[in-house]
Amino acid sequence: MRDVYVAGIGITTFTRLEYPLSEIASYASMMALKDAGVTEVDQVYVANMGSPRVNHQTALASAVVDSLSLMPAGAAAIENGPASGASAIKAGFQAVASGMEDVVLVAGVERMREVNNLEATDFVATLTHPLAEYIYGVTLPAHAAMFTRMYMDRYGVTERHLAMVGVKNQNAALNNVWAHLQQEITLEGILDSPEAMTNNPYVAEPLRFFDACPVSDGGAALVLVSEEKARELGRPMIRITGVGQATDTHAVFEREDPTDLLAVRKAAKDAFAMAGLSPSDVDVAELHDAFTILEIVESEEVGFFPKGEGHIALEKGETALGGSIPINVGGGLKGRGHPVGATGVAQAWEIVTQLRGDGEARQVEGARIGFTCNFGGFGNNVVCLTFVRED
Amino acid sequence: MSVDLEKILRPVDTPMKPYEPKYMLLASGEAVVVRQVERDEIPDLLKHVEPLLHVERDFYDVVAARVYSELLAHYRHRYQDQYVLAVQIDGELAAIVNGRQVTPKLGMSLHTLALRRGLRVGAHAFAAKMEYHIDTLGHDEVLIVAESPIGFRRWMIEYKLEKRFDIPHELGGVPSWALTRELFDRARSSLVVGRRPVPDELLDKAMAAILPPSDPPTPPLDPLAATRSMYDPTATSLMAQRWEMEGRSADA
Ligand SMILES: CC(C)(COP(=O)(O)OP(=O)(O)OC[C@H]1O[C@@H](n2cnc3c(N)ncnc32)[C@H](O)[C@@H]1OP(=O)(O)O)[C@@H](O)C(=O)NCCC(=O)NCCS
Repeated sequence: MRDVYVAGIGITTFTRLEYPLSEIASYASMMALKDAGVTEVDQVYVANMGSPRVNHQTALASAVVDSLSLMPAGAAAIENGPASGASAIKAGFQAVASGMEDVVLVAGVERMREVNNLEATDFVATLTHPLAEYIYGVTLPAHAAMFTRMYMDRYGVTERHLAMVGVKNQNAALNNVWAHLQQEITLEGILDSPEAMTNNPYVAEPLRFFDACPVSDGGAALVLVSEEKARELGRPMIRITGVGQATDTHAVFEREDPTDLLAVRKAAKDAFAMAGLSPSDVDVAELHDAFTILEIVESEEVGFFPKGEGHIALEKGETALGGSIPINVGGGLKGRGHPVGATGVAQAWEIVTQLRGDGEARQVEGARIGFTCNFGGFGNNVVCLTFVRED
Repeated sequence: MSVDLEKILRPVDTPMKPYEPKYMLLASGEAVVVRQVERDEIPDLLKHVEPLLHVERDFYDVVAARVYSELLAHYRHRYQDQYVLAVQIDGELAAIVNGRQVTPKLGMSLHTLALRRGLRVGAHAFAAKMEYHIDTLGHDEVLIVAESPIGFRRWMIEYKLEKRFDIPHELGGVPSWALTRELFDRARSSLVVGRRPVPDELLDKAMAAILPPSDPPTPPLDPLAATRSMYDPTATSLMAQRWEMEGRSADA
């Protein structure tokens, strides 16, 4: 297997973007190609979850190749729920690692604001089990709420812990010009003041408004290359060293213990094993905080903290910038936004930015090893990646 | 014979009780004051509404254009029984709401315009306006419409408004929705907040000047300027950029 490097990265602002979906992907891709200094690629993968349904557009990868005049590169779209982004990175990794391709463009994109919030919520809910979940009206906030309730009962996580993640990540986004939310929030305003319940109402109890990521549009892209090509391009040598992916039952109720995110555990374990690293080696991590509870739980399942102690680490500031394992320093999904198909790629974009030392106000000093966890379904399809700066 | 046309054209406003100001904390922890704006302060509001006419998203353009015309007409005495409330953070304008009294029992909600995003200031401002209609003016119901999907969510869904589709609303003649006293009472505990009286220093700051919004909604930023291919299906702009990257001129 050949080594695979990230030679270029690109992103659009995550917000509401009034452009055709494929053009959002193309813009991020163009930035990534420019960053890498390449104009020709062998293969293009475009990650996206909802284009046929939400944007009435199919064959997305063909559209991107055409927009960017990348013909005759091979091109395919990858749909894998909210884990589409990292799944596309995995496909790109395999293409380069196998020796089949030298330069692969991986883009992730979603345009969810084309429809109203109710439709967007319904669209995301299509990832649930059609007969056991969807037909009963279970949305993702509802899933996350039931999960949170169990976690609170078992491990002593409180609404304050959830709000602390929300404040940490939404305020971290203020250091990231590409992030959707650019509005500071405080614990007083969302939890403690007499107006807090109105400012921050329950969406699905015990989850409140500021526990959820916003609905966003956006795109992100990476250029993956072989070692030889990476050296030729002369960009910082950032290697994808570990790739882990795992699945779990589609319907959450079928799991022996729904608070156990087995797929997260397995995907992280495999990624670390492949990289020859352990969780304590990681300098900076991107976890999939679509809901605040998920950052706490994933920080345990991937091995940063023992089970049930993620919220204690959070209380101690371990997961903030300057802590022992800074998580989501660019805002995470909560602050940066969560255009579902783009998220896995945007997580990698943030890690590469960090490992290049380009994080400016949010830079984790001396970061050389990064980790991402892209959580699909309600934990039924998870991709974890490790990144190492080599030069 | 001389005729004072102005006397005919200028509506005679019905006396309406003033809105008692209130304050509250936002999600950001900042304190906001909600207060009634006097006619002579209207030009200050107009200055801050005008730029929103050019914000072509979330119906800011349509709503701002309508608000502008309503406020201007109010200032120039060409609007009957209109009132305006402002939401201010440290003097800075964060939201405007307006409406009017149709009869002593019926209110007509006009507009809600948020100039800071992401803090529910629009929602708080709307709640204050309903409070003014129902509690201060004693209206039995208020007729409401929404121009934007977020407005629909905030008003029709959050307050569970009733349909009054047989009554065309004054805004564009579209079918009306209604907030009744009963619906308002049900929403009170969850949607209507605020403390009174407003501490002097907060109120003084709000009254001293209506300062410009520090972070108003702006026309969509254009990180995608090169990809405006909604109007350019051949994506020539992208190709031009690519050629430029390769050191070739687009017209070579
Ligand atoms: C309708 C309106 C008054 C509502 O104002 P509001 O209650 O203050 O609404 P908010 O700004 O708090 O809510 C939307 C913002 O919440 C933020 N938000 C959304 N989800 C969020 C989340 N999960 N976490 C944190 N913030 C979030 C976003 O910043 C969003 O702004 P965006 O759409 O630019 O991304 C306001 O949008 C407005 O003035 N619109 C234009 C005019 C209009 O439509 N008036 C009403 C006509 S009916």
